[in-house]
Amino acid sequence: MIVPFNHVLALAGLLFLMGIFCVVVRRSLIMILLGVEVMLNAAAIILVGASLLWHNLDGQAIVLFVFAIAAAEVSVGLAFIVWAYRRTGSVDPENYNILK
Amino acid sequence: MLESLRKYLCFPASRPPSFKLILRSNIAMTIYSIIFYLLAILILISTALAITRRDMVHAVVYLIFSFFGSAMLFYLFGAPFLAVLEVIIYAGAIMVLFLFIVMMLKVETAGQRLFPLSQWLPAAVCAVAYLALGIGLVAADPNGHRVLTTGRAEPAAFGQYIFQKYWLPIEIISLLLLVAVIGALLLARRSKKASARETIEGEL
Repeated sequence: MIVPFNHVLALAGLLFLMGIFCVVVRRSLIMILLGVEVMLNAAAIILVGASLLWHNLDGQAIVLFVFAIAAAEVSVGLAFIVWAYRRTGSVDPENYNILK
Repeated sequence: MLESLRKYLCFPASRPPSFKLILRSNIAMTIYSIIFYLLAILILISTALAITRRDMVHAVVYLIFSFFGSAMLFYLFGAPFLAVLEVIIYAGAIMVLFLFIVMMLKVETAGQRLFPLSQWLPAAVCAVAYLALGIGLVAADPNGHRVLTTGRAEPAAFGQYIFQKYWLPIEIISLLLLVAVIGALLLARRSKKASARETIEGEL
């Protein structure tokens, strides 16, 4: 491959920025969780790229753990969203003001 | 039969698992880099479409496209096992879970503004600062100009490596998954008292 490592870094950085954008801008808990998934995916891409650059399998091992963490996070997060929806009838974070 | 069983039970103690270098001709290398850039454009476009859709079902479907692109990128980077896992876990399990939740909850999407205008200035300042810092970091990386060479970690060698070096983290992470499943079950359980309170609140 005639691809410098810079371009992999730029791709993963842009993906991570898109994830941050989704988390900050969207007004729905489900879309916020989707943004977190995009960010985790960007981190996985950069780890696999670095693993190829140094021909070291540790990066791929960490990506395996990232997948497991993502699965655990999304299951608990979606269960929280369903729980909060049952209590307030909305997934907009601005409506969660019971403590006010 | 015992011989074949022993072959599967014992690890072959020949060479330590690592990347297998694949040397190809120049034309193949050029094709690989073209594939990389095409995949990068595909991933970026589908992710950008996903995070700007109002309809969440459309967003999830675009994100599935993005994760398929990432899986192909992993395959190109010499991680076929991780490519399979990306399709199964991300594009399969996680996105289907999102689809279930989107269809289960009645979420109103009309009239939802994307961004409150009063927060434009601080958000733009933060974004520009982080973008400048990131570009500086990527440009200043001494390893950044090194060119990636092709290689592949065979799934057998990868599994052997994982269970030789990372067996304890694997056990801990499987325990974490179990705890997450139990927590999700506890949270999603609908008790009678809670549903009664919910109807009262709904009527008020």
